Amino acid sequence: MAAAPVLGLPLVRVITCGSVDDGKSTLIGRLLYDAKAVTADQMEALAADSRRIGTQGAALDFALLVDGLSAERDQGITIDVAYRFFASERARFILADCPGHEQYTRNMVTGASTADAAIVLVDARGGVLTQTRRHTILAHLLGIRHVVLAVNKMDLVGHDEAVFARIAADFGAFAATLGLGDVAAIPISGLNGDNITLNSARMGWYQGPTLMEWLEQVEVTGLLEAEGLLEVKGLGAAGGGLRFPVQWVNRPGPDFRGHAGLIVGGHVAPGDDVRVLPSGRQTKVARIVTADGDLPQAVAGQSVTLTLADDIDCARGDVIVAAQDPAQVADQFEATLVWMADDALLPGRAYWLKLGTQTVSATVAVPKYRLNVDDGSHLSARTLELNGIGVAAVTTARPIVFEPYCDNRDMGGFILIDRQSHATVAAGMIHFALRRSQNIHLQASDVSPAMRAAALGQQPAVLWMTGLSGAGKSTIANIVEARLHALGRHTFLLDGDNVRHGLNKDLGFTEADRIENIRRVGEVARLMLDAGLIVITAFISPFRAERAMVRAMVPEGRFVEVFIDTPLADAEARDVKGLYAKARAGALKNFTGIDSPYEPPEAPEIRIDTSALSAEAAADLIIARLLG
Amino acid sequence: MRYDSIMSLSHLQKLEAESIHILREVVACSERPVMLYSIGKDSSVMLHLALKAFYPGPLPFPLLHIASGWDFAAMLAHRDMMVARHGLELIVAHNAEAAAAGINPMDTPTPVYTRLMLTDTLKQALADGGFDAAFGGGRRDEEKARAKERIVSVRGEGQGWDPRNQRPELWRLYNPMLHKGESLRVFPLSNWTEADIWEYIAAENVPLVPLYLAAMRPVVVRGGMLLLLDDDRLALRPGEVAEQRMIRFRTLGCYPLSGAVESTAATLDAVIAEMRVSTMSERIGRAVDHDPTASMEKKKKEGYF
Ligand SMILES: Nc1nc2c(ncn2[C@@H]2O[C@H](COP(=O)(O)OP(=O)(O)O)[C@@H](O)[C@H]2O)c(=O)[nH]1
Repeated sequence: MAAAPVLGLPLVRVITCGSVDDGKSTLIGRLLYDAKAVTADQMEALAADSRRIGTQGAALDFALLVDGLSAERDQGITIDVAYRFFASERARFILADCPGHEQYTRNMVTGASTADAAIVLVDARGGVLTQTRRHTILAHLLGIRHVVLAVNKMDLVGHDEAVFARIAADFGAFAATLGLGDVAAIPISGLNGDNITLNSARMGWYQGPTLMEWLEQVEVTGLLEAEGLLEVKGLGAAGGGLRFPVQWVNRPGPDFRGHAGLIVGGHVAPGDDVRVLPSGRQTKVARIVTADGDLPQAVAGQSVTLTLADDIDCARGDVIVAAQDPAQVADQFEATLVWMADDALLPGRAYWLKLGTQTVSATVAVPKYRLNVDDGSHLSARTLELNGIGVAAVTTARPIVFEPYCDNRDMGGFILIDRQSHATVAAGMIHFALRRSQNIHLQASDVSPAMRAAALGQQPAVLWMTGLSGAGKSTIANIVEARLHALGRHTFLLDGDNVRHGLNKDLGFTEADRIENIRRVGEVARLMLDAGLIVITAFISPFRAERAMVRAMVPEGRFVEVFIDTPLADAEARDVKGLYAKARAGALKNFTGIDSPYEPPEAPEIRIDTSALSAEAAADLIIARLLG
Repeated sequence: MRYDSIMSLSHLQKLEAESIHILREVVACSERPVMLYSIGKDSSVMLHLALKAFYPGPLPFPLLHIASGWDFAAMLAHRDMMVARHGLELIVAHNAEAAAAGINPMDTPTPVYTRLMLTDTLKQALADGGFDAAFGGGRRDEEKARAKERIVSVRGEGQGWDPRNQRPELWRLYNPMLHKGESLRVFPLSNWTEADIWEYIAAENVPLVPLYLAAMRPVVVRGGMLLLLDDDRLALRPGEVAEQRMIRFRTLGCYPLSGAVESTAATLDAVIAEMRVSTMSERIGRAVDHDPTASMEKKKKEGYF
């Protein structure tokens, strides 16, 4: 399959957007019917359903062909993205059916993320509405370059050319403000099948393509663009240098090491000079391996396995790129975010960011603005709620390899995942880097963390003590450091005293400040780790997400979470500094355990039960686990 | 250097590349994947894609066959041939207890039979194997409920599907993160249609159970379906006669529940030609699906593939 010659038809992905009752389901049903994608038994079921719950009297209600799940069918609405398949003589289509309800922005964004073309549907009686603008803005935001306005229900306006011309002109003017170049408009009747696959006799004044003809030419237009025969606005995949995110390293035996992945940009041939990002190491492509034999070249869209001329580090998450035209590497970006979860964005909180095959910890700053999708204007915002769209700075714990979304969807589109619930909470599109890791393109730094650690003769680590105030973190941390020092280890203890008074003296105890406090401590710990030290920290660090963030900042296996487990009652009874008493009296706000939560670790590397162990015994145990 | 920039991939090439991408993603992100192998045409294409995805290495996961005990003999032979040819690891799961208790496709009501012999057996086998990801050959064009299924779909503790609580799936980005007790069902063929499957089988010479091609075979007409007399357990009822007819199958399951169609299409090309003019969707031959509409959704909620 990988080898030319090309077999079969072009594959075009389309989404349909429209408001409730614009006739979207009817139109799709009609497309499926006209494309003969409806089988006899489905027709029978349709006829039966039409009689039972249809809206067309004795006639077929095509909308019933596409309404899927029983719950929503009973409510008479479509609640999620559904995929439909049909074909014409000239192309194969995958159609994402997206509901038009405003609370379901996320469904449309999901459907639009993979679409080549969008059909924006309006009711001829209503013309261009707020929803029409919203759908068009979303389609544009997700980088769909082929948009057609289908003016439906022409039968209800007497097939009047003037009505159509006015709506088409309205829409054209609006599309121009978005920079949406060339948009087509087609007058149709989904109910009667006018201008869907056949030219309408009732609208002889319309000379343009039918909807099906328009859909068929989408891929051709794409090819002309790729060939440079057509003006391209922000294009993708085919032009530009190689982009090959490594999915999986294939090592069936000592003699073969292949990098499996899908080419998301450019092309590749054996002998090509490439770089492995983010490390920046340079080599050549040795072979393009497939089960159908080695290929002389491969292009965007193909799944292949590359072998490299040199035996260099290259694993899942790395991206192999053209040496002459590499992608960018950075750890801070401006991006558009579409929020998809019931829980609003919490600026500063760590989420997982997944882009291509890279998964890193990331935080989002307070949004610069929120986008009003009805008219494209900017609103001020502190956060983003379900279906909110905004622009914000995103910072990743490690530099990632990327490209602006408008240049390459696969290199610039990402999702955010909640670290606790594992829900996909947002989709993001990168605009540009705010802080570049330019030097990474040249060569990896000469003295590596491993070399520094070797010079110190030790395995660096972060011993992260977490627990309630008064649990004994500082006491135990001090003993641990003293003993390690006596054993000739190079250590550093970070605790409230040396951090809160200096580096973090601008921070208070609100949730946001606590998150920032831990983030900074994490960054310092990471630097010290790179320097080869054993870092010991003693912070309450009450939130799982922040501890997970620090864990993700440092190399795998270097983060040792030590849970100093003391029941609240014990800690409060000890109350060495008299803080619990003050908190209970209301004199201290946001005190962990009293009016601010402590989230105990779920799987700490070490758990110390202070009701069973003395501080000395606890320190011994920690050291034994660390060095053992 | 000028490369063939205008070279565009055909729909089959794109579908193949995407499926391979999905297979690799899930293998890279899960601890113990497994592939459901039902030996039908979709499974055969899925296996073919998997062999390509991990070439030149071996398949990095076992195959799981849920054997009801009423599988067509030709399917078992094909299965064993594929396993031997590619050195595959095969797990066969069978509900011996239910079989011993007399559960069978002729006498037990079909919903009960499929739940005990297929759905429950599948869930048990997945739990026993500690599998955190299972590949299945489901396609979105098969049925309305499947049209909304994700490519990578999270199942809760009971392995049921909650259509209201699915993760949005954007671009090529799948979210494989799980809590304890959760698992993934993965459908690498989501975007293939029945026509794509047949065209691909023809283009790639995908090995297939011969029952998909028409031949003279012994059948009996029962309940409007043409049933193959695959072995002597399907006893003729009073008034029924065994006859030889030219038949083939569009879909294969337990032989007493899988209806054949009369056909002269003895080659792949002939099958494809017949399909182009055919007006029946493939599940029509499957007694399992002759429940009220939207029943697939109900079965999926219970944990069926
Ligand atoms: N007259 C007329 N009615 C239409 C047309 N298309 C759809 N309708 C009707 O508009 C209503 C809503 O259609 P439906 O397809 O369910 O809309 P959806 O909510 O956008 O999916 C139904 O009563 C349809 O029969 C059309 O072209 N002409």
